[in-house]
Amino acid sequence: MTKRLFVKGNEAVAMGALEAGCRYYFGYPITPQSDIPEYISRELPKLGGEFIQAESEVASINMLLGASACGARAMTSSSSPGISLKQEGISYMAGSECPGLIVNVCRSGPGLGGIDASQADYFQSVKGGGHGGYHIIVLAPDSVQEMYDMAILGFDLSDRYRVPAMILADAVIGQMKEGLEPHSYVAPDDLETKDWALIGDGKAGEQKIIKSLYLGDGELEAHNNHLHAKYAVMQEKEVRYEGIELDDAKLVVTAYGSTARIAKTAIRLARKEGMKVGLLRPITLFPFPKAAFKQCKRDGQRILCFELNNGQMVEDVRLAVRDVEVDFYGRAPGAGSLPTPEEFLAKIRSRYEA
Amino acid sequence: MSTEMKKVFSRPDSLKDVQTHFCPGCQHGTIHRLVAEAIDHFGIKDQTIGVASVGCSVFLYGYFDIDVIEAPHGRAPAVATGAKRVHPNRPVFTYQGDGDLAAIGTSEIIHTANRGELMTVIFVNNTTYGMTGGQMAPTTLPGQITSTTPYGRDVTKAGYPIKMAELLSGLDGVAYSVRVAVDTPKHVLQAGKAIRKAFETQLDGKGFAFVEVLSSCPTNWGMSPLAANERVGSEMIPYFPLGEYKDATGE
Ligand SMILES: Cc1ncc(C[n+]2csc(CCOP(=O)(O)OP(=O)(O)O)c2C)c(N)n1
Ligand code: SF4
Ligand SMILES: [Mg+2]
Repeated sequence: MTKRLFVKGNEAVAMGALEAGCRYYFGYPITPQSDIPEYISRELPKLGGEFIQAESEVASINMLLGASACGARAMTSSSSPGISLKQEGISYMAGSECPGLIVNVCRSGPGLGGIDASQADYFQSVKGGGHGGYHIIVLAPDSVQEMYDMAILGFDLSDRYRVPAMILADAVIGQMKEGLEPHSYVAPDDLETKDWALIGDGKAGEQKIIKSLYLGDGELEAHNNHLHAKYAVMQEKEVRYEGIELDDAKLVVTAYGSTARIAKTAIRLARKEGMKVGLLRPITLFPFPKAAFKQCKRDGQRILCFELNNGQMVEDVRLAVRDVEVDFYGRAPGAGSLPTPEEFLAKIRSRYEA
Repeated sequence: MSTEMKKVFSRPDSLKDVQTHFCPGCQHGTIHRLVAEAIDHFGIKDQTIGVASVGCSVFLYGYFDIDVIEAPHGRAPAVATGAKRVHPNRPVFTYQGDGDLAAIGTSEIIHTANRGELMTVIFVNNTTYGMTGGQMAPTTLPGQITSTTPYGRDVTKAGYPIKMAELLSGLDGVAYSVRVAVDTPKHVLQAGKAIRKAFETQLDGKGFAFVEVLSSCPTNWGMSPLAANERVGSEMIPYFPLGEYKDATGE
């Protein structure tokens, strides 16, 4: 029997990471994610790992780059302003194909903004954030259990594709306590040894170089095409989403993370009122579940997107379905309170009847 | 009569048999050689991890036959920290210019040194941003003309040259901090010895080791290789005195 724990999302993501074999953590304190370094600083030494409270987010992402280049499973965590500082390093990790886990317990912005839950950083997380036109894997958990599961999935995907992975959570998912059933990590069979990395005691013959600089004629173009070919494979094979009562739905609600939790209650209430409403919850924000949205188009469904921002993911939904009508309801970062299921229900009602 | 000749000078094993891109008279090449000689001396070529910085020395991996990680501008000490924590038994060094280490990377170098990370840092001070075309560096001398100090560095507005070897010697995590030059045969010998000692400090687990090497940039100084070499002795050494600023390796 697996034991059931009652923990915070931040603790769950830390537990999942350690379960996945992460033995190196580098970070800098920031609300609302400080439970992650606090948990890891306590637990990692017991496992023989290394925890460094770095001098900045800039330093921590670069420590992650160094550890990853040496073949280790390693991570950092932060929240919005800190993630901004990490962007150059993330771009270097993407360019030099260094895997690693970055947990972003997003808060509201811009600037110092506020410490409340927000989804203001969808653009930053999904659209690159740093320079150079790369992608990272972006996972959006909507429960404490998923914080645990996605730490593990994040490491596996990141290692498989040599693409950095980000968990995009927010203050609600990070701070709330829920039941968690931790499970033992089993490495997927297809994960290869990291022969590209500086593993082992030293080079046996071949020199290993981890770099993102390509100055030779056509080299960088080829490198970028290689990176984008990997993104295309991920788009093909690694899309994950949750669909609830989509089959007969006339209106499809879409939302991710904490907002999806509220939306789940709202669609249950809508069903009680006899409205045929379903939920399409993207779990991977990159790769984005385009095909699932295209299916709504074929089925003639309308789409209503909820976000805790002024409209970001909705742009990707509209791109995926083009001529289907996509409505949006959001709350600006820093609203101070969360939308209620009734608030969402009212929007569902008015769209459903329109 | 024997015609057999004895080889008295050869390329260090740790250096590749390739041409470098350095300008004529640039002392990066000399410094590369001294680092390679130290690596050979300790027989650690296959274990050593080099962390390259952004500047004229970015092609470290092209010249050294060792494993290399390329770091973003200024972040080599942080990248090296991550690498060293994963591989505590592998020698790790960074090789950084003065713009890289003493401007954009000031935070990383100070905190890495302060943590006493077991690594060796080679810091090449040529009083300018070589790679980007000779702009002012934090080490640019008072009055020195660069492409962004066309009237000479005005210390009342642009501040004073940073003396990194002295600054770092004040930190408890630092075991060894030294400044050397490579402008004369005697100085080259001293520099070689200091670099060896900086690797030894790491290998013996004694702490963070820092070697500042005064270097020339004839191209951006607008000087002939010879005149540039002379400037190291006549202008740089008086401002940046050579010597060991900290040696806690005997403790
Ligand atoms: C974030 C960032 N800012 C600026 C640059 C541009 N840049 C490249 S090298 C360099 C300065 C190099 O000077 P230094 O470190 O002194 O090395 P040198 O070339 O003199 O050996 C700068 C500013 C960069 N690559 N990245
Ligand atoms: S620009 Fe200066 S530092 Fe760079 S290679 Fe030329 S001489 Fe050396
Ligand atoms: Mg320089």
